[in-house]
Amino acid sequence: MKTFRILAISLAGLAFAGIAQAAGGAKHPHAPEGGWPFEGATGEYDLASVQRGYAVYKQVCSSCHSMKLMSYRNLGEKGGPFYDPAYPNPNDNPFVKALAADNEIVSPTPNDIGEFEMRPASPADRFRSPFANDAAARAANGGALPPDLSVITKARPGGASYVYSLLTGYPDFEMYEDRVTEANGETVYQTVIDMAKFDKLGADKPQHGPAYLIQPAAQYYNPYMAGDTKPNYLGDPRHAPPGGFLAMAPQLVPDRVEYTDGTPATVEQMAHDVAQFLAWAGDPKLKARKETGLATMVYLGILTILLWFSYKRIWRKVEH
Amino acid sequence: MSGHESTYTPNSAFERWLDKRLPIIRFANDTAISFPTPKNLNYWYVFGAILAICLVIQIVTGIILAMHYEASVAGAFASVERIMRDVPFGWLLRYVHANGASMFFFAVYIHMFRGLYYGSYKAPREVLWILGCVIFLLMIATAFLGYMLPWGQMSYHGANVITSLFGAIPLVGESLQTWILGGPSIGNQTLQRFFSLHYLLPFMIAGVVVLHIWALHVPGNNNPTGVEVQDVEKDTVPFHPYYTVKDGFAIAVFLILFAYFVFYAPNALGHADQSIEANPLVTPAHIVPEWYMLPFYAILRAITFNLGPIDAKLLGVIFMFAAIAILFVLPWIDTSKVKSMRYRPVARQFFVGFVAVCFLLGWCGAANPDDAVIKSLQGEASLVVSYTADGALATSTYKGGEEAYEAARAFMASLPAAAAPSLEAVLAPTFQFRHLSLILTFMYFGYFILLFFIGLGEKTKPLPESIHKSVLRPHKAKTGNPVPAE
Amino acid sequence: MTAETTHPTTDTVDDDRRNFIHIATGAVALGGVGLFAWAAIDQWNPAADTKAASALEVDVSKVPLGGEIRVLIGGKPFFIRHRTEAEIASAAAVNPDSLRDPETDEARLRPRDDGTLNRAILVTSGSCTHLGCVPVGPAQGNTGDFGGWFCPCHGSHYDTSGRIRKGPAPRNLPVPNYRWVSDSVVNISL
Repeated sequence: MKTFRILAISLAGLAFAGIAQAAGGAKHPHAPEGGWPFEGATGEYDLASVQRGYAVYKQVCSSCHSMKLMSYRNLGEKGGPFYDPAYPNPNDNPFVKALAADNEIVSPTPNDIGEFEMRPASPADRFRSPFANDAAARAANGGALPPDLSVITKARPGGASYVYSLLTGYPDFEMYEDRVTEANGETVYQTVIDMAKFDKLGADKPQHGPAYLIQPAAQYYNPYMAGDTKPNYLGDPRHAPPGGFLAMAPQLVPDRVEYTDGTPATVEQMAHDVAQFLAWAGDPKLKARKETGLATMVYLGILTILLWFSYKRIWRKVEH
Repeated sequence: MSGHESTYTPNSAFERWLDKRLPIIRFANDTAISFPTPKNLNYWYVFGAILAICLVIQIVTGIILAMHYEASVAGAFASVERIMRDVPFGWLLRYVHANGASMFFFAVYIHMFRGLYYGSYKAPREVLWILGCVIFLLMIATAFLGYMLPWGQMSYHGANVITSLFGAIPLVGESLQTWILGGPSIGNQTLQRFFSLHYLLPFMIAGVVVLHIWALHVPGNNNPTGVEVQDVEKDTVPFHPYYTVKDGFAIAVFLILFAYFVFYAPNALGHADQSIEANPLVTPAHIVPEWYMLPFYAILRAITFNLGPIDAKLLGVIFMFAAIAILFVLPWIDTSKVKSMRYRPVARQFFVGFVAVCFLLGWCGAANPDDAVIKSLQGEASLVVSYTADGALATSTYKGGEEAYEAARAFMASLPAAAAPSLEAVLAPTFQFRHLSLILTFMYFGYFILLFFIGLGEKTKPLPESIHKSVLRPHKAKTGNPVPAE
Repeated sequence: MTAETTHPTTDTVDDDRRNFIHIATGAVALGGVGLFAWAAIDQWNPAADTKAASALEVDVSKVPLGGEIRVLIGGKPFFIRHRTEAEIASAAAVNPDSLRDPETDEARLRPRDDGTLNRAILVTSGSCTHLGCVPVGPAQGNTGDFGGWFCPCHGSHYDTSGRIRKGPAPRNLPVPNYRWVSDSVVNISL
């Protein structure tokens, strides 16, 4: 009988391990060195990093990506990066007002003559959307729709680590090579990357090159992007590199964003900050949730102990 | 309504007055206070009370969420996120409701396995068991309808897949599917009717729960020995306070698990695609239902062959529904006169296997059916060069490591340009999840067939004379007076 | 294995009920239910986005002399009236002690940043203090017996300062929480 129990338990364990396994051909996202401060039972966001992340979003991402679920007031709400205890109502917070007014938006309500005029945003307004609608966004981005970033860290396995890994995972621009070949009497011009030189692949790197990956037009290879590289890989298809292609070119180059707090704007730093900002945007109640959780756990612990003694006392005279 | 004699004596003039007109206090007393309950119930019996709490939690949080939710294609996704961000305590209420569904199913599965193990479905409790199965069906329906409401990618495409199952029914299938959806596809009208029904069904569950408890109180509780109560004085204790406090303790422990998910891993049981707003033009790469539906989903996908005039799609649907339907007739499938598996050594082994099969089916349901069950056992993929030779398609296969690739390339280079060679990797055949699912599906149904035959001729262990004797035995053994087998 | 152990009776239970541990357990359990109930009750309060929508900046330079504009803030109506000299004079001439809800005209205006009053612009709530109907005003051609507003529901007359003069309404039209952002813009919040 014991053996059956052991068998059942190990099978169950195996099943759970299987469920936990992530599927897909993309490289598994990794957290920045040192991990994320908001992980664990008591982890919180590093608000200075979230503030810098907002700057990265504002200056880089927001030219293509919307955040339709976010309002400027969220920046000054409790748990937000620009929360000021002097202004419990974020709509009164002058700094939040200034951040909002930095953005010209189309007024959501018509003016006296029925037109939607441009005006500076107020804290109650939603984040400015770069495009009027999805069709406009597609038209401006070669047919690809930049996803809304409001809950992107919840919408991708790996969360903030995915954002961080994707932004830092691109091959450097120097790696792109122009390759000219003859095929069926026609000259073919291709942009390729030699995967054997792409050190970021780690163990997935081909042993010796050249192992070319053809870049489709207006598409960029990234090992963390979900997809399939086999059709574009000129090497052994059994060892095609992980990842896929996306329409977003690598965006972060050193010092693209000027940080007001003097932090050096390396690619890793900017990716780290914007990933943390997006994690906060996707889960702004994290701190309240963990604090309530701690109180609830303490309460339930006390209740359980009391009930245990109550139970033992009531049953003390009963044989069962 | 209870099978036992009422012990209620009205104490005040008002109670006497009310008792003659509406004996509701007597009813409550007989149901939840003085009800004689076998004293040997173990911790597997606490899940009934836990499920009652789950139902209350789901209804309370659900009613609250409905105050803020917007059942429209345009607003559903944003309204759910608004609940999480702007509504006071909205994040808490929504996470309790979303994880509450998982907790509800976790508890109901243990409750059902307990019933299977101790033979709680056998006479005189067949109606009790069938009502439980009705509740389970209603729970599945409610969970499915509720999963649609956040209007994420998995909501939309999951609902699409499941409603397509109805399309598999011959003759009426397609009309039925259109009728369910209220159009050619899932739209605003579908979301609204799903919301309406998602609100209604829990109250139907509550109604059947009342019947379930009624049907429990007529014959009384089963117990781990499966021996019926003979002497109320010796074999039972009043439900209150003995079982209220024990169930209360179990509920508190259960709530700790519940709270862990709500506060520290609120999205762990969910799926990332649910945070992408539904897009009818893009189906997620890998559609999976919530974990509690995975075993049934695995059975659905395991059937990939036609059986006579029945095509694979319909056959899968039939098997999936049969997996639940068979529970309804279980009281008549199991031929054993002995209820508890404690005294059925052979059947007990198979029961353990059955539990393992259910877990493994869940594992298969989560996996891609084409993937290898054990990756390391899959051999290296071979390389296939496809080309045209003399106007016909030809292939050439290369096996092995890097030298195979070199050989394939060399062969391709040797071909004339007109042959248009292309190279692809073909995975080595291996034991895939679809194969495992099929085996497990037959094992699932096989268990019930086995129960029929085992019951006819098994050698059971001697049953205790009474509940009272069964709880005394271990103590006597301790004092060194082994009792001869009864 | 005594008789006691095998015959639990209700007598043994009863003396248990008054035991400290049971009282403590019951109290803690009840407290927990109460705390959860608090969350369930608090969620009826205005959500953060509803609160954020409860302020508005209005350009008063667009209000015609002798006329008014009506705005909705958080779904509630407000009047912004551009009063004529005669209307200001009539509002100031009233002896507040003779009123049902004594208030001077000055007390119903909010100063600009430099401390001066803009007597021409009157900002009031648009809900009659009787039962919440929206009174008619200059735009509807009926300003009541006192030149301000008239509530058609039950016949309340308000003067050019929005004070109740006749009819069932108990109080003056309330002045909302507003401030001058610039010479021509007021910010009204609930």
